[in-house]
Amino acid sequence: MSVIVFTVILLLGSYFAGLLGSLTGLGGGFIIIPLLTLLLRVDIHYAIGASLVSVIATSSGSAAAYVKEGITNIRLGMFLEIATTAGAFTGAVLAIYVPTHFIAILFGLILIFSAVISLRNRAEQIVHKETFLSKKLRLGGNYPANGGAIEYGVSNIAGGFFMMVFAGIISGLLGVGSGALKVVAMDGIMRIPFKVSTTTSNFMIGVTAAASAVVYLQRGYIHPGIAMPVVIGVLLGAISGSKILVHTSSSKWLRWVFAIVVTVLSIQMIYNGIKGNI
Amino acid sequence: MESKETYNSPIPLEENQQKGKSSLKDKDIQVIIGWILRGGVAVSMILVFIGGVFFVYRHGYSMPDYKTFKGIPFFVQNIGGILNGVIMLKGQAIIQLGIILLIATPVIRVAFSAVAFLMEKDYLYTVITLIVLLIIIASMISGNAG
Repeated sequence: MSVIVFTVILLLGSYFAGLLGSLTGLGGGFIIIPLLTLLLRVDIHYAIGASLVSVIATSSGSAAAYVKEGITNIRLGMFLEIATTAGAFTGAVLAIYVPTHFIAILFGLILIFSAVISLRNRAEQIVHKETFLSKKLRLGGNYPANGGAIEYGVSNIAGGFFMMVFAGIISGLLGVGSGALKVVAMDGIMRIPFKVSTTTSNFMIGVTAAASAVVYLQRGYIHPGIAMPVVIGVLLGAISGSKILVHTSSSKWLRWVFAIVVTVLSIQMIYNGIKGNI
Repeated sequence: MESKETYNSPIPLEENQQKGKSSLKDKDIQVIIGWILRGGVAVSMILVFIGGVFFVYRHGYSMPDYKTFKGIPFFVQNIGGILNGVIMLKGQAIIQLGIILLIATPVIRVAFSAVAFLMEKDYLYTVITLIVLLIIIASMISGNAG
């Protein structure tokens, strides 16, 4: 396949990956890696490198908008970034020793798990109680809503912190943002309102990905010829996605379409991983 | 209407605003962080795009082999080589410079946060932010060694 054909296919594929990733909140990486490895037969290390770069672009781009709105809890994000960057560092180191077919299987499993999480209905929850650690670290906060400010507290900091280490390892090992795992840590374990957990998770994804990207960059995983169409395509797709999201009232059918796509892709990744094709 | 006393609010709004009696307020920090992230992504994307145009124009019909992992071309392996390539308008070098800037964007955000927390006299969070920065630096050094 010539450079020009490869670039055009990858640009289009990445655009749709970014679009779907932004509409469903799963992120573009989950489609980019199967696209590169299964369809274009690119080595999984190159795929992880390119995906990681696109993750930084989309999360930084959207975090810029959220931070200005004042919903993102910067202190909480900063504190949990200790966990995610330490995890990402570990993940990038593990990636040298873990066989590629195992990475493919793990990718499939995490992908299914993330799809299930994204389909779940999330009810708004606000905890007003403050734990000792949350008070000490001043993790609670407030966010603007209906002209006022909603105050919230943060529970089970230790549990959330450990989940974030795990999210970081997965992000570093698989080259994805692992937004779904970060959301589990924040709204499932730490009981943070989902508006805050979604934006704060997004805020952390860029730094987490950067912590493993610095390793991959030096190891030659980030190839300019592959990363170029991926990062441009995913970012443009994500921008389109955020525009559409404002105009559609219900994206429920779309999430189901995505769930089906994701299931097929994860089964393919697991199957090819077991067969040793990846 | 619920009165304010019915729950125990974590950080009262007033306190959050008072904290900004020094030169830098939380709100300003949010605006600057937004600006760093947006600017970093915009500049790096422009570089990646320009590099991509050069790369596809020059090598559009060559057949790359990405099936087996062989690392990256020699001239983009270190920053000296990349800068040299940028001067010679090599597409892949310009793309790689854009990518390095993109990866640096969130790291610059963290470094700025450390300074901002220090100016706010929030020493606890200055330390927390420096720990994050140290982990990223450690990661960078380990990658260099491996």
